[in-house]
Amino acid sequence: MKRFLPLIIFGVLCVILVIGLQLNPKEIPSPLIGKSAPQFKLPILSQSSTTFTPEQMQGKVWLLNVWASWCVSCREEHPLLNELAKQNTIPIIGLNYKDKNDPAIEWLTKMGDPYQLSIVDESGTVGINYGVYGVPETFLIDQKGIIVHKFTGPLTPTNLQKDLPQLLAKLNR
Amino acid sequence: MQSKQNLKIKNTFYIVLFIFFGLFMMQTTFATEAPPLAENPELELKVMQVASELRCLVCQNESIADSHADLALDLRQQIREQLQGGKSQKEIIEYMVERYGDFVLYKPPVKSNTLVLWFGPFILMIGSLFALFRFARKEKNSMPINTDSTAEIEKARELLSSSRKNLE
Repeated sequence: MKRFLPLIIFGVLCVILVIGLQLNPKEIPSPLIGKSAPQFKLPILSQSSTTFTPEQMQGKVWLLNVWASWCVSCREEHPLLNELAKQNTIPIIGLNYKDKNDPAIEWLTKMGDPYQLSIVDESGTVGINYGVYGVPETFLIDQKGIIVHKFTGPLTPTNLQKDLPQLLAKLNR
Repeated sequence: MQSKQNLKIKNTFYIVLFIFFGLFMMQTTFATEAPPLAENPELELKVMQVASELRCLVCQNESIADSHADLALDLRQQIREQLQGGKSQKEIIEYMVERYGDFVLYKPPVKSNTLVLWFGPFILMIGSLFALFRFARKEKNSMPINTDSTAEIEKARELLSSSRKNLE
């Protein structure tokens, strides 16, 4: 037994390290979950005279998807968002983060527009208030304006087919 | 001999090339790194001081002071504005934690879920020191010096004295 002690210690260390490797360091728990979504008032993309505030969504469960035309992984999740928009289960609001209007509009015409509307956060201040650090990010906000969940990085099919329906079922209960 | 010299020349050539390449790289990084000229160096110093306490969430092993990520630039600007607005370092750090969580701090707070992080290394060190002492004591006891063979001790003494003489 004693002879195998180093081997056992080594084995335990290996298991711990392997578990460590499975974790995603990019997934940082957001301190905003369970808190009300930060307020803002920003112009709407391609209708710069009108503004949007989260208060307008009061009473609805909705998604706030942070995107940009320069963001490569946004391309990856965009078809999924288009599909979700077609299902008409939940309104999606886009937050066009640190982008220019022209390429953003072009991007939406080329790739399809899943958003009810997109808001323009050219300076990125609203992004900071929402703790955005890696586009794309998606926030699920409930009827009372509280952030229920945050998806960091591109949405995956499992996110939309499993996680989101589960979260929505909990909210509608 | 000839080939050896050739090799030497070749090596020096590579080293010089390497140094030049290194200098060239340094030049280019300096060129892109040039920070915007501070209007108020004192404020800038304070900004960097606060920024160095905060982790850049894009490139997680860099502080916001060191990082060139867009987000780090924005956050430095945010710090600058808040300092100008008269906020204290503590208030700014609280502002960042509210948005990005404890992960943004390079020095995580002592909490129930960070206890292992804070005290684990000390426990590990004390434990291994204890094990080391125990092991050392056991080894000492299990291997007593053989004092029976007086002949061998004599021989060792002789050797020692002769080497001492040689030194003198």
